[in-house]
Amino acid sequence: MSDQVLEGLQRLAPELAGEGASVEGLQRLSGGASMETWAFVLVGRDARDELVLRRRTAPMAPEEGRSVSLATEAALITAAHAAGAPVAQLVHLARPADGLGEAHITRRVAGETLGRKIVSDPRFEAVRPKLARQCGEILAQIHAAPPPPGLKTVDALEELARYEEVYRKSGAERPILELAFQHLKKIAPPPVAPVLLHGDFRNGNLMIDSERGVSAVLDWELSHCGDPAEDLGWICVNSWRFGRADLPVGGFGHYEDLLAGYVAAGGQEIPLSRVLYWQALGSLKWGVMCLMMYASYASGAESSVERPMIGRRVSETEIDLVTLLENGL
Amino acid sequence: MIEHPKAEELVEAVARWIDSVRPQLAPRDAFLARVAANALGVVKRELQQGAAAEAAAVERLSAVLGRGGTLSELNADLCARLRAGEMDAATPGLLAALRANITEQIAIDQPSYAPEPG
Repeated sequence: MSDQVLEGLQRLAPELAGEGASVEGLQRLSGGASMETWAFVLVGRDARDELVLRRRTAPMAPEEGRSVSLATEAALITAAHAAGAPVAQLVHLARPADGLGEAHITRRVAGETLGRKIVSDPRFEAVRPKLARQCGEILAQIHAAPPPPGLKTVDALEELARYEEVYRKSGAERPILELAFQHLKKIAPPPVAPVLLHGDFRNGNLMIDSERGVSAVLDWELSHCGDPAEDLGWICVNSWRFGRADLPVGGFGHYEDLLAGYVAAGGQEIPLSRVLYWQALGSLKWGVMCLMMYASYASGAESSVERPMIGRRVSETEIDLVTLLENGL
Repeated sequence: MIEHPKAEELVEAVARWIDSVRPQLAPRDAFLARVAANALGVVKRELQQGAAAEAAAVERLSAVLGRGGTLSELNADLCARLRAGEMDAATPGLLAALRANITEQIAIDQPSYAPEPG
């Protein structure tokens, strides 16, 4: 596998960085069942570029039905960059002749992605208070970008229906999740004109630089079109505040700053109640995802101890949902 | 129940042993070892608190539903009524009962979790 990747990259190097260019330090960063990430250095005559290769190693699985292709991911990164959002810029989208399979190459951006460090490490103390506003600005930029062709459009009721179906199939009977489904269906806000959404904009998918703040928005594979408040609410889900429940935006900031940044960068005024609605829907989605991860263990499809333990995280979403309901969502 | 040792003491001993060998493991296994030790923490707390939490949950749900039964029967009945629209967030006592139940559950599952502020 590594040989095939190295060969493909060496063949491509002169095209990307001029005659005599080569690839050094190829290193696997992560690999799931169907996707691999590799880091490498492209050494040209005048420059050394740190790059990242992402490649699909197996056809898209049915449960990834919501994931976009790497070609679409490349188009999203390009569109977001053109709109002014910080991204790991696209360097190359692999063609069949490259021998790399379905893959793309982006720049490697320095910084921290671990949510717990971002909310607690003293290194980020100075930049932390600026992050919520910055996230609002970046989301306004992404939401203003033209969506690449082929993206799905989903509103709140469709999203609820999709997750309710998964929940029903799981066979679980959890009163708080049931109450949340019924309540969120009942109070669903009227649909708005859909915009391009990142789809997984949360602490954990943001590269944070200790001086500049957000240096890149990562992981575009769940991108789709929908209500702008969906992205704003998702980063406020308590499950990605990493212990800083008092700071609703990612564990580092306040709703007011997120919304002010959004408007300052040209986004529409969005009422906090709509963000809270999508935040609650986000907690509910994460609860159902935790149930699914347990189900993958129970069915024998996965054997890692991590899977059943994630099942015990359903209760964190339930306690947060009860609080949001008590607060008059 | 055998008390020398209690089941929770056995579980705790295994969790401690896992923690003691964790530093020698490769990163992926070290991560999974931490998850495994955490899993034993859940088991220990469930052994200690589970029975009382379940009894209390049964009592609360029985009061809301006006009937008796096991916890899974009561949960199933409540889910059915919520789904049918016979009960909702405005049902007197419902949110309070659910809050009390989930507070005891999270004390078993993830006692360090910082919940959404009220």
